[in-house]
Amino acid sequence: MSVELMEFEEAMATFDPVLGLEVHVELNTATKMFCGCANQFGDVPNSNTCPVCLGLPGSLPVVNGKAIESAIRIGLALGCDIAGWCRFARKNYFYPDMTKDFQTSQYDEPIAFNGLVELEVDGEIFAIEIERAHMEEDAGKLVHAGGSTGRIGDAEYSLVDYNRAGTPLIEIVTRPIRGTGAKAPAVAKAYVSYLRDLMRALGVSDVRMEQGSLRCDANVSLMPKGETELGLRTETKNVNSLRSIENALYYEIRRQAALLAAGGKVHQETRHWHEEGYTTAGRSKEEAEDYRYFPEPDLVPVAPSSEWVEQLRATLPEVPAVKRKRLQAAWGFADQEFADIVNADALELIQETVAAGALPSSARKWWLTELARRANEAGVELAQLPITPGQVAALQELVDAGTLNDKLARQVIDGVLAGEGDPAAVVAGRGLAVVSDDGALAAAVDRAIQANPDVAAKIGEGKVAAAGALIGAVMKEMRGQADAARVRELILARLG
Amino acid sequence: MSDLLRTDAAELSGLLAEKQLSARELTQASLEQIERVDSAVKAFLHVDAARALASAEAIDARRMAGEELGPLAGIPLAMKDIFTMTGAPTTCGSRILEGWVPPYNSTITDKVLAAGIVVLGKTNMDEFAMGSSTENSGYFTTHNPWDLDRIPGGSGGGSAAALAAFEAPLALGTDTGGSIRQPAAVTATVGVKPTYGATSRYGVVAMASSLDTPGPCARTVLDAALLHQVIAGWDPRDSTSINAAVPDVVAAAKHAEVKGLKIAVVRELGGDGYAPGVLQRFNEALAVLAELGAEITEVSCPNFDYALSAYYLIMPSEVSSNLARFDAMRYGLRVGDDGVNSVEDVMNLTRGAGFGAEVKRRIIIGTYALSSGYYDAYYGSAQKVRTLITQDFDAAFASADVLVSPTTPTTAFKIGERVDDPLAMYKADLCTIPSNLAGNCAISVPVGLSPDDGLPVGFQIMAPAMADDRLYRVGAALEQALTDRWGGRLLDQLVASPAGAYLNGGAR
Amino acid sequence: MALTAKEVARLGELARIRLTDSELEQLAPQLDVILTAVARVSEVAATDVPPTSHAMALINVFREDVVQPSLTPEAVLAGAPSVGDGRFRVPRILGEEA
Repeated sequence: MSVELMEFEEAMATFDPVLGLEVHVELNTATKMFCGCANQFGDVPNSNTCPVCLGLPGSLPVVNGKAIESAIRIGLALGCDIAGWCRFARKNYFYPDMTKDFQTSQYDEPIAFNGLVELEVDGEIFAIEIERAHMEEDAGKLVHAGGSTGRIGDAEYSLVDYNRAGTPLIEIVTRPIRGTGAKAPAVAKAYVSYLRDLMRALGVSDVRMEQGSLRCDANVSLMPKGETELGLRTETKNVNSLRSIENALYYEIRRQAALLAAGGKVHQETRHWHEEGYTTAGRSKEEAEDYRYFPEPDLVPVAPSSEWVEQLRATLPEVPAVKRKRLQAAWGFADQEFADIVNADALELIQETVAAGALPSSARKWWLTELARRANEAGVELAQLPITPGQVAALQELVDAGTLNDKLARQVIDGVLAGEGDPAAVVAGRGLAVVSDDGALAAAVDRAIQANPDVAAKIGEGKVAAAGALIGAVMKEMRGQADAARVRELILARLG
Repeated sequence: MSDLLRTDAAELSGLLAEKQLSARELTQASLEQIERVDSAVKAFLHVDAARALASAEAIDARRMAGEELGPLAGIPLAMKDIFTMTGAPTTCGSRILEGWVPPYNSTITDKVLAAGIVVLGKTNMDEFAMGSSTENSGYFTTHNPWDLDRIPGGSGGGSAAALAAFEAPLALGTDTGGSIRQPAAVTATVGVKPTYGATSRYGVVAMASSLDTPGPCARTVLDAALLHQVIAGWDPRDSTSINAAVPDVVAAAKHAEVKGLKIAVVRELGGDGYAPGVLQRFNEALAVLAELGAEITEVSCPNFDYALSAYYLIMPSEVSSNLARFDAMRYGLRVGDDGVNSVEDVMNLTRGAGFGAEVKRRIIIGTYALSSGYYDAYYGSAQKVRTLITQDFDAAFASADVLVSPTTPTTAFKIGERVDDPLAMYKADLCTIPSNLAGNCAISVPVGLSPDDGLPVGFQIMAPAMADDRLYRVGAALEQALTDRWGGRLLDQLVASPAGAYLNGGAR
Repeated sequence: MALTAKEVARLGELARIRLTDSELEQLAPQLDVILTAVARVSEVAATDVPPTSHAMALINVFREDVVQPSLTPEAVLAGAPSVGDGRFRVPRILGEEA
């Protein structure tokens, strides 16, 4: 079944997108939200469970104080107000991964609310309003079995591991984000990237999207240009990387635009993102689930004192926006150059490369050109390339020392990415070092001169530009392993 | 019947300490009594004779070795089947948990075992503590030892019946709307609802979380106080647990003085719908207290008229959420898993088959009361009534030390009499519910047999939150005075009567 | 506010309880009577009365973020209706993508 998609530019000429982003952050506390089981990824199934997180009859929750602390710090870092008094609430629904068949969460009394995040995307500033950040617990992990695809649709049965049940989560919800226009996908990506940097800076989460410690549900709706009434929105889940967020929204906008333009209606529903590049419909949200929220009777209210909140405010690290300004100044980049770094999600990589000894401009060059191209080709994030900032710095050092030129350096990159080892090892292994032996070079120069007498004659007459062809010939013979500048010197010296 | 069986825990404690009696002997006697009478009374769902005897022997060995043991070490106890205990099933009187063996002990189970108390077994109850007659048990009905054709009260009818049938001197219960006090009233035993939060709910299967209160049951006030002392106290595993010292309830039970104490009768807990015999014994008990030097007054708590309604909204709402976990996924009954049915089907079928009618009723009511569009009118309003009731209590306690009322409007009704009329059944909780809503403490003590039908009448004393000692002080004073008047306990009268002949092994 | 059998069935679905036809017939009027009786709470629940969700006014009950022993997988799975590969085996789930 083929899905109609409108061209993005046309969609943006006809409609205004409105975004809503819900991000879940898994806290890196030692224990779970309501019990002392280890909060750990990857252990033997059902080995980090107890009567409380299993919801056994008679069990009772007790709040993890560290999780409250993290929640408050996150709220403060997002510019939120912190509730003077709030409660947990039960969100009641049945699902096999829910041990109590209700989730202990927060409803109309979140711990943090009314925040603001400012982002810069391609030179434009966007103010993202944070409606709330609240605390909740995660469910267990379901594996669908017996069918042929491993997906829920054709499974015969499912298997549940409750190690993850009870893990502390902070859910951050934006108010509807308007006015992003064609930059909507980029803004969404920038926002999640910002949150990720923020959580790292706070030290409250591993925020690894591929591991699920940072999750994003992307909501988007379209309004005909000029109108203000919100359209029906879809919520897209299973966006497991920054790039997926951007791509999924790009797709959804195109899909919704085509649908609306053809006179159809957008179904208010949950959609599932497929990495192949499209979304499919999940369960319809026509009849919204009635969660029957009520205050959690097994827990008492959380009332952080203003002293405690101020103490925590003092522990906040440099906010990413401030950190970015500082780095931009230190590295001496112009706004657009720096924005490119942020957009390419290369800020930390470059920071580390500089720390390993490279100049900021060199670091930027490698990560944003050659390596970015490779990442795109492989369809992975920059950070997922099998090359480290340290190796990039080492590579640049070799170039600076004259051991490599740019062209050879790219071959070294091939080698590092192929797993042949550090740059020095690749150079040795492939014999890529620039030949610095003048004797060998001179011999090659002579051979080139002999093979191209007309060109040689022109150079002799003073047409220095013609040297290019000879340099090329020498470089070809040397398989690129020569310093072109030195070759030119030798040629000119030779020919007068 | 062996004198041993009729001896109070307080006295048994002394005999055990002086080694005039072994725990094994005592446990054996209790197990024999269970053997003798439980086919008629049916108080127990599960008796663990081997384990009980082994515990008793272990206590005896420690005492013989010279170890200093607590006052209740070696005393047998009947435990309501709502407290988790490893090594045997905990069913909550429900088929959905048939055979479920918990992998952990409730905090109170741990405390009881640490005190050296010998747990004889688990007693019958209304399914998931929902009921006032124990007729809602998924297994069988318990019979009132006073008249085997009558209900023993509920939801803790099993524990109260076990005491009244002399199967154990101590028992444990939970009180959410009267489930300890009302059975005590209709069986002539003592039942206490401590202050909410004074006794840990960890490991006590939840019915209505903001109302559930584990408490002690016994035949005398002092025995209840001794058990209260063991089970109460702060528990870090229960967030609603009170972090404060347990008031000295044992001292209070021994200092049974009411001279100068202000006792106020709650006007709204009486009148129409209350059996004349119950009101008569209630008033006589008041006269006794007056003779003892207490100042009797009356107080009006107008919002108490709404207590039943508020309770039957708040409680089912919490129930509907607490019982959602029984979904056939991790433990308990599973029905319909034929490889074709979906998980939703299996959940539906299991809960349809495993829950009884009353449980289903309350879950449905609760689901309705919490649903969007109805929350404010039902659950939300009920929570406000709760505030008003608390305010009524606060005002009343400003000028009285304790409040009193009959424990329940009637004596034990016949088995089957109210099963088809839920509202009539709910009215048994009229007097007990207000204390659950406000969280303060209350006790029921026996004050006589009704002149109408010769069945036990209970007298309820209510005290402010954290003032549990007052219950024992006033209760003990009343008990002492009445026991003097009667020349013995009411339960002794039962044993001596033809109706109680079966308790001695005679025909019933 | 008459509660029909159909509405009761819907509530049953929400609560994952399969009610038989005879149960539905019996329950609807019973529930109706009960709900009418309890509805009187709205008579007295004025807007300025604050609701009480907890009997005792406790706040800020927290625990230290220190790992405590968990149950063993054997103990955890012991009461399970069905086990597969160290996990709880549950019937197939209909509908939406996980």
